[in-house]
Amino acid sequence: MANPLRSEGEAFRFLLGTVVYFAAIAIAGVINAWAGLVVFIVLTIAVGWWWWRSRQPAPPVTASPVKSGPQGERRILVVANETVGGEELLQRIEQLASQGNTRVLVVTPALNSPLRHLASDEDRARAQAQERLDHSLAELERHGVQASGEVGDGDPLQAIEDALRTFGADEIVISTHPEGQSNWLERGVVTSARERYAVPIHHVVVD
Amino acid sequence: MAAVDHAAHPPIANQSSRVDARTLGMFLFIASEIMLFGSFFTIYFFVRISADTPWPTPPYELPVFVAGMNTIILVTSSFTMHWALQAIKRGNRAGLQAGLSLTFLLGLTFLLTQILEYSRIGFAPYSNAFGSVFFCLTGLHGAHVFVGLTLLAFATIRAFRGHYTEDEHHGVEIPGIYWHFVDVMWIVVYTTVYIL
Repeated sequence: MANPLRSEGEAFRFLLGTVVYFAAIAIAGVINAWAGLVVFIVLTIAVGWWWWRSRQPAPPVTASPVKSGPQGERRILVVANETVGGEELLQRIEQLASQGNTRVLVVTPALNSPLRHLASDEDRARAQAQERLDHSLAELERHGVQASGEVGDGDPLQAIEDALRTFGADEIVISTHPEGQSNWLERGVVTSARERYAVPIHHVVVD
Repeated sequence: MAAVDHAAHPPIANQSSRVDARTLGMFLFIASEIMLFGSFFTIYFFVRISADTPWPTPPYELPVFVAGMNTIILVTSSFTMHWALQAIKRGNRAGLQAGLSLTFLLGLTFLLTQILEYSRIGFAPYSNAFGSVFFCLTGLHGAHVFVGLTLLAFATIRAFRGHYTEDEHHGVEIPGIYWHFVDVMWIVVYTTVYIL
């Protein structure tokens, strides 16, 4: 939600909006109590609708943090959850990692139900994500790829942003189920990531 | 080797990227204020709905006109506050000083008028539930105005001592945000307590 008191200018505009909102309700309420109620409901719905429509997507992250690793090191960030152990993804990581000095970070977002998320009940989701991550890292090691991993935020875009702040990735690999089965594709995670992050993004489909 | 690196450059502070710290601080402040005023409004609406008497309880009457004039004074002070900040952003020091002085004087006028209103209103906080709620809500807001005036006093004195520039005016911006918030809360208090 946008904070209306983030700057003096925004707070001033918020005040003007409040004056108009309450003046309309008060005038209608003085004329007739029911008219006041109707104006209150109509204005509240209108304000809610306007706020919903005017929500802006997060601004693109145009640059990754400066890398602290050795010169010439290539960094690949892999974001996957249920597909983290998929053969197609492992092959793609192996292929990317084979090109010179490469460091791989695998992030598995801790997917959770909205209710559990609201209740801050994330332990189980994180434990399950960690289990999948451990399995995936073991598989990568078996294929000769040295990778590190961490459990990320339940929102994959947030998990990418968090990871980018500490791991200056050169490329990002996002793994999903095929179209029609993938919740991330339905939410436009890959498209949004391409709009937000100024690094090449590879999409791997794991069936 | 790592120790040498740390000595040369302290490690980057670890913080969540989800919400900026200053934004989070303002969110928490707004949330706490909403809860504070919300609890008083809850009592107000409970008393008003549960009491089987007209509002306000006869024979008392609220000074709607005087409070309306006070509302205009307070809203005007927001315009002068906005003017002050816009002035310093353009490097206009005289505008900053005039805007802050006017804002402070208008705020002080509001507070003094409210004190005068209390002395002449004819009932006290202990008179009945209506009196308690009225003084609690308007008094809580008055306390916020007092805090805002204190912040404005500091900003005004600093403005006359030559502080603040086109690029450095955080000490005006923050009291400005607080002042507008206080005005918003008064609009809600005035509409619900005096008008409706």
